[in-house]
Amino acid sequence: MATMAPAAAFTPQAESYAGESGLWAWLTTVDHKRIGTLYLFTSLFFFIVGGLEAGLIRLQLAGPNKHVLSAEAYNQMFTMHGTTMIFLAIMPLSAAFFNYLIPLQIGARDVAFPRLNAFSYWVYLFGALFMNFSWVIGAAPNGGWFGYAPLTTMAFSPGLNIDFWVLGLQILGVSSLAAAFNFITTIVNMRAPGMNLMRMGMFTWNAFVVQFLLVLAFPVITIALVFLQFDRFFGTNFYTIAAGADPLLWQHLFWVFGHPEVYILILPAFGLVSEIIPAFSRKPIFGYPVMVYATMLIAFLGFGVWAHHMFAVGMGPIGDTVFGVTTLLIAIPTGVKIFNWIFTMWGGSIRFTTAMKFAIGLVGLFTIGGISGVMHASPPADLQQTDTYFIVAHFHYVLFGGSMMGIFGGIYFYYPKMTGRLLNEKLGSWHFWLTFIGMNLTFFPMHFSGLLGMPRRIYTYEPGQGWEAFNKLSTYGTGVLILGTLFFVYNFFASFKRGAIAGNDPWGAGTLEWSISSPPPEYNFARIPRVTSRYPMWDMKTPALTAEVPHTQRGDSRLDVDVAGQHAADGHPNPVGNEPKQLEESGMHIELATGESAKDLGIPMPNPTIKPLICAFGMIMMFSGLLFIHENKLPLAIAVMMGGALIMTTSLYAWLLTPLEDAH
Amino acid sequence: MAHAAAAPSSHDTTHGHPPTSTGLDNKKIAIWAFIGSECMLFASLISTYLIYKGRSVVGPYPHEACLPPICSTPLKAILNIPVTSASTFVLLMSSLAMVLALAAVETKDQPKHTTGERILGNSKLWLWMTALLGITFLGFQAFEFTSFIHEGLTIRTNLFGSSFFTLTGFHGAHVTAGVLWLLTLLAIDYRRGLGPKDALNVDLAALYWHFVDVVWIAIFTLVYLIK
Repeated sequence: MATMAPAAAFTPQAESYAGESGLWAWLTTVDHKRIGTLYLFTSLFFFIVGGLEAGLIRLQLAGPNKHVLSAEAYNQMFTMHGTTMIFLAIMPLSAAFFNYLIPLQIGARDVAFPRLNAFSYWVYLFGALFMNFSWVIGAAPNGGWFGYAPLTTMAFSPGLNIDFWVLGLQILGVSSLAAAFNFITTIVNMRAPGMNLMRMGMFTWNAFVVQFLLVLAFPVITIALVFLQFDRFFGTNFYTIAAGADPLLWQHLFWVFGHPEVYILILPAFGLVSEIIPAFSRKPIFGYPVMVYATMLIAFLGFGVWAHHMFAVGMGPIGDTVFGVTTLLIAIPTGVKIFNWIFTMWGGSIRFTTAMKFAIGLVGLFTIGGISGVMHASPPADLQQTDTYFIVAHFHYVLFGGSMMGIFGGIYFYYPKMTGRLLNEKLGSWHFWLTFIGMNLTFFPMHFSGLLGMPRRIYTYEPGQGWEAFNKLSTYGTGVLILGTLFFVYNFFASFKRGAIAGNDPWGAGTLEWSISSPPPEYNFARIPRVTSRYPMWDMKTPALTAEVPHTQRGDSRLDVDVAGQHAADGHPNPVGNEPKQLEESGMHIELATGESAKDLGIPMPNPTIKPLICAFGMIMMFSGLLFIHENKLPLAIAVMMGGALIMTTSLYAWLLTPLEDAH
Repeated sequence: MAHAAAAPSSHDTTHGHPPTSTGLDNKKIAIWAFIGSECMLFASLISTYLIYKGRSVVGPYPHEACLPPICSTPLKAILNIPVTSASTFVLLMSSLAMVLALAAVETKDQPKHTTGERILGNSKLWLWMTALLGITFLGFQAFEFTSFIHEGLTIRTNLFGSSFFTLTGFHGAHVTAGVLWLLTLLAIDYRRGLGPKDALNVDLAALYWHFVDVVWIAIFTLVYLIK
């Protein structure tokens, strides 16, 4: 069985439709693939920024009593490292994949609201620039990524630092919410014929669940931030303890958002891995429905565990027990996923490509992070571990070993789809092994420094507490990680021009996105496919792969499609040895690059527009006007806010009153 | 060759947009997702109000008078339930007007014979009615806020003031957005007339409007009626 499709069978790059180029085309684009690309580049940039911040933190902690950073600079550094990695790197990296892949995986030509999609990106970009502008004026946020009030109220944190953080997060929340409404609608409503929910790609399923988490979790932090904003700007009392405020209000609201946020960060990576492992094991995902239900269960339970971040505040035995138990419960669906990935690989013909190495890396490293998570699900154990480097080790195994490993795997897997060229496997291998070794070298010693009592968020420490060696190792590990990332960055840009031509389906994968050319034309599918199974590409190219898998029904009675002469309803869903020809007649097909534009084919496409960008700009202007209140320039603040509101409203009306596409 | 395998021509979907998976318009799905997130937004606001109920260290209080020595001068209970009942009634009636406005837009093309049918079929009348009732509600709120400030309760006074003004202020901002939405629909109605093909867009405004009403029922019950 051919594992790599011969490149000669595919049309050369030049013939594929490139679309308009130039800055203006990118500023006005409403194409989900271009927006996905913008997300990818921007979030990788901020991943590197966040990584450099981490590098400075590690230099400072390399030995006792170092003074690479002052205490104040250190506070800003760890706050911005966390905030950047979570909100400016991992979430938008996931959004890059949502944008690029969801329409391709469900057989759609774009997302439901292409202009809203552009708006989400521009709000994200401006919000990220806004928050990082604080470095320029020397007042970067310094209250931790969790921004615990009352520490972050005016009384304890005067200065613009926290203002940038509060307003920046509000702005980024708008971006995430707008994107979530868009993707929910896209997945619910824009699936190709036959693409019923239980045939969707695993990535789309995970993405779908994440959108619900975003929709339900983000409003809570929005309100928590509104309270903080009001306290800081208008003198309300939400977090003023002297006025009778509950010192735990912020913590509860924040973690009601913050724990689902953890799943917002990890589930997209789970989705990517659930595509990569089947493709490189040449087996359908083990237990597809169970994977779907496990994802939903994780999301559902994710809303009931928030107070395990707060065991140390003294909630009493009942609160501790309840949240301890729900936290332990969540290990079950997560464990199901781990085992299903292992069972998918079991007995498969595994190819150790770079993407697969990263995917297996996730399975291993996330499990370590998951197990240390189960450890501090138990309140007595947590009291020993909380606020120590043990926790830092835990969540970096989950977020770096989990999310980032999955995302890197996803980049190696989907780069050919996005660019038409493969990333270099040799450089990729270097990247993987350096990242894998560097990651363990950095974070594994933190388990020990944590258990030896080293607290989080301290800018330096005294010698003689047994922490030096572990900290030294962590710092060396960060160096290895940075080296690995250099390999990746070089590979990413060099392969853009010099990578091997990918063709439609370089990996021999099974899902819909591989049935079209790479990069896909602006309209994605010249002909909307008719989907008759979970792995339609395998049904066509290598039917034996899915033949013996139970519950992988092929054919579709509602579409009136027979597969191998047998109606799906006849009770023999998995005939062996059917010829691809029979499926071609069913309407599932492969599209090669033709260079034809949407206009040539008569496919209606949305018009490019600058309005979402202007609208996003107006919104950021409105938010940033608030900053001038604390500079005692009230008239200027009002003028900037009114100006921003005017720009936003005008462009919003212009946008809504202009049809999406020309009449046809 | 454009396509390695051609689909049967009867299923050709090259031209135009394919039908949606659910048969519903995309905007309808999106507004429900939006309303879902708005539920969490107001749930957070209302929970905070309830958590902070009775925790204010100084008056005025919502349901009880604040007497010396806690307050230097006696302050009466601040909530005016009869007035707010009237404004609640106004807002509920605006939902009825909204239903009639949507029905009028949907049946624009049907012939009207009696005066009653012509009144019921007048979309401008019912959109105006909805918007004006919404504005009236906002007027009540402005009156309520100013009288509270006169009685010594501002957003800075105590926890009750902070959580009350923020909660009801957020709701008022939602009503304001709804009024602007209705006025926009009215402007379109005057410019080119709203007809059955616009029913979806009016329906979206209506869903939002009813949602904002339902939230007010929760606020009225939890903040005003329960002591």
